[in-house]
Amino acid sequence: MSDTIDEMRLQFITFLTGEQEYGANIMTIREIRGWTETTPLPHSPDYVRGVINLRGVVLPVVDLKARLGRGLTAANPKHVIIVVNMGARTLGLLVDAVSDILTAKAAEIQPTPDLARDTQSDFVEGIVVLDQRMVTLLSMEKLAQSFAGAAEAA
Amino acid sequence: MDSMEVIRQGYFQECEELLLAMEEGLIAMESGEADAETINAVFRAVHSIKGGGGAFGLSHLVKFAHGFETVLDHVRSGVLTPEADSIKILLRAGDVLADHVNAARSGRALAADHGDDTVADLAALAGGEAEEEEEGGDPFASSFTPLRLDLDDDTSTPGTPGMPGWRILFRPTGRLYAKANEPFLILRELESLGPCEVEADLSALPPLADFDTDRSYLGWTIRLMADVPRAAVEEVFEFVVDDCVLEIELLADPVADIELPLPAMAPQDAPEAPQTPEAPDKQAAPAEAPKQTIRVDLDKVDRLVNLVGELVITQAMLTQRVTESGLARTSLVSNGLAELEHLLRDLQEGVMAIRTQPVKSVFQRMPRLVRELSVQTEKQVHLVLEGEATEVDKTVIERLGEPLTHMIRNAVDHGLEATAARIAAGKPAEGTVKLSAEHRGGRIVIEVSDNGGGINRARVREKAVEKGLISAAAVLTDEETDNLIFKPGFSTASQVSNISGRGVGMDVVRRSIQDLGGRIVINSVPGQGSRFSLTLPLTLAVLDGMVVAVGGQTFVLPLTHIVESLKPREQDIRPFGRDRSLLKVRDAYVPLVKVGALLGVPGSQPDAAGGVVILVESEGSGRLALAVDQILGQRQVVIKSFEANYRNIDGIAAATILGDGRVALILDVDGIVSRCRADACHNEDIELAATGTGP
Repeated sequence: MSDTIDEMRLQFITFLTGEQEYGANIMTIREIRGWTETTPLPHSPDYVRGVINLRGVVLPVVDLKARLGRGLTAANPKHVIIVVNMGARTLGLLVDAVSDILTAKAAEIQPTPDLARDTQSDFVEGIVVLDQRMVTLLSMEKLAQSFAGAAEAA
Repeated sequence: MDSMEVIRQGYFQECEELLLAMEEGLIAMESGEADAETINAVFRAVHSIKGGGGAFGLSHLVKFAHGFETVLDHVRSGVLTPEADSIKILLRAGDVLADHVNAARSGRALAADHGDDTVADLAALAGGEAEEEEEGGDPFASSFTPLRLDLDDDTSTPGTPGMPGWRILFRPTGRLYAKANEPFLILRELESLGPCEVEADLSALPPLADFDTDRSYLGWTIRLMADVPRAAVEEVFEFVVDDCVLEIELLADPVADIELPLPAMAPQDAPEAPQTPEAPDKQAAPAEAPKQTIRVDLDKVDRLVNLVGELVITQAMLTQRVTESGLARTSLVSNGLAELEHLLRDLQEGVMAIRTQPVKSVFQRMPRLVRELSVQTEKQVHLVLEGEATEVDKTVIERLGEPLTHMIRNAVDHGLEATAARIAAGKPAEGTVKLSAEHRGGRIVIEVSDNGGGINRARVREKAVEKGLISAAAVLTDEETDNLIFKPGFSTASQVSNISGRGVGMDVVRRSIQDLGGRIVINSVPGQGSRFSLTLPLTLAVLDGMVVAVGGQTFVLPLTHIVESLKPREQDIRPFGRDRSLLKVRDAYVPLVKVGALLGVPGSQPDAAGGVVILVESEGSGRLALAVDQILGQRQVVIKSFEANYRNIDGIAAATILGDGRVALILDVDGIVSRCRADACHNEDIELAATGTGP
């Protein structure tokens, strides 16, 4: 049984932010679009960049770099927003660029090294190493939840 | 939901419509406008409710409906001429029937003796028909037992030359069965008219493998040997004529045909006979032709509304881009875009119209309410309904019932004087309450008016002082006095009656109307009556807003909350306390709030005097002056919630998308006012100033 799970192939979209490569399960990504100016939301944490109009839906945009505690992204039209769909909740993630689509077996995903905890480790699902590249896999669920929770607290 | 539940829901939805139709008919009878078709419609409605009820085993409902139906049948056949008293009983019976339906729908049981007096009244009306009722009991509850029709014995009878009769060809379609009709019962009913010879036509029966259970394959040819009028035969098929092939012909005896020049009535009937299927239609035509409708999931409609909204925004962006690109106005592209805009506007209106319904569904509940109130208060009340066909968004209609009920109650209970007082004042003993609806300038206006004594301002004032709502010295205009009745905790009825509430009434009414984006205005003349006007948006999806600029950002203020906008003078702004300020508006001081500072928008006018001030009012009569940089204009905006994807933000009600495709936030005026007042609630002066009643 566990063999088959380990053999299961998972696909990830990888993207760059703050010169690091991250991955997210392709099933949670709805679309990728270019950066557009946001309308800032009052009384919100700085990593919430505001809202944009996604074909009639008011979509909140989170600056991933800032969310991971590494400072605000200086956004320009070359940046992209990854639209993440988590159940009923849809949100946008501001990243530097989308780089690749990566296929990995579940067995190839390594657990997060047990280093000193930082903001980032709250969202990390695991690590995949491919041809010298190290991709950190992020859990969109945790990100969305924390985002709601943190926003609530702010 | 299993399929039985779906059917059950469908039945109750149908009941709603049928009850409305029934009530409408009964009211027409009451006002003496009823023709035969109206009475038939009422009868059919009750019958259909009974029929469906039987299918779901709602025995109480069926029993009651049966008694009701019996009386209606007498009215229909002319045995009973409805008079004012009997119509009152019928109306009451209608109410009880509605209670039965509602009880069945919600699954709770009515009191065992519920409506028993009405049952007794109905039985009295029905007169000596009691035994028929027992025997007829509940035809649907009886299990289906094949009945042997006495055909053989009668075969001799039709041979008798000159014996009048009818040849009936009856071929039900699948729909007949889908509506829970039963041909057996129809045949049995025919038999009650006279001896029948029934021949089943099995020719259409397919092989079992091709059998489609939703279709009907059987037909019958019936020879009815009885001297009955054609109408009597048609009546048997009254409920099924739309769902079957029906031919009714005068029984043409081959011999009699040649010999006798048919009786005087025959020539008229004969040519008509072959096309009988149409005849019942013609008969039904005078009753308003039922419009074809479909039931659609509301979510689907809303998705469509959203999509069209997006389309409109995209089109606006496109137009803007084209204009920016410097193309000539006369270019083909521009022309095409103009055409597109036109079409989209039509499309938007059309889609919005899907969500609208006539206010009738709410208005129709009021006659019953007034009847009950009239009995309880011992006042004679005449209710006038106007503009029932006015169409409004479904959600608005759903949320209108409660406040309107309250207002009608108030009008009867507090508005109208007691009968003796009316006569003393030289008015007709019967008071009038009018409920009307009309479209006025893109909004709907609903008015509840009465010809009672008007608002007793001295009493209102006294009460407000007593309850500590205003200070004894406060000087109020008539309008301000009238508006005191909207204050929470205010009630003028000297005794708390069980009809209109304990002072939770009007403030709740006002809140629900404001939640719908509407306003309520009182117009009262002592001795002549009061009029409450509700102004409501046609739909909840759009909002009339004032677009303002603060810093580099755009915000929308709901127009319903705006009292006025003004350019403040430096000397009218007074600092107050540590970091607050007040604005003098005419003779009152109103707390001044800078929107930029409140929402943390960088780059806004630091000084209120450099911008514009918008005076807003919230439901609790709290006023507040909001300082913004600039007013950009006024427009209708489509409300977009972002709570589902984000969370509630203090001071922001929702978002909208402007013509350039950017998101603008809609300010939550109620929230801002109540928050600012909460901050200041320990300060008497601010409190006074905020109510706008200060010195």
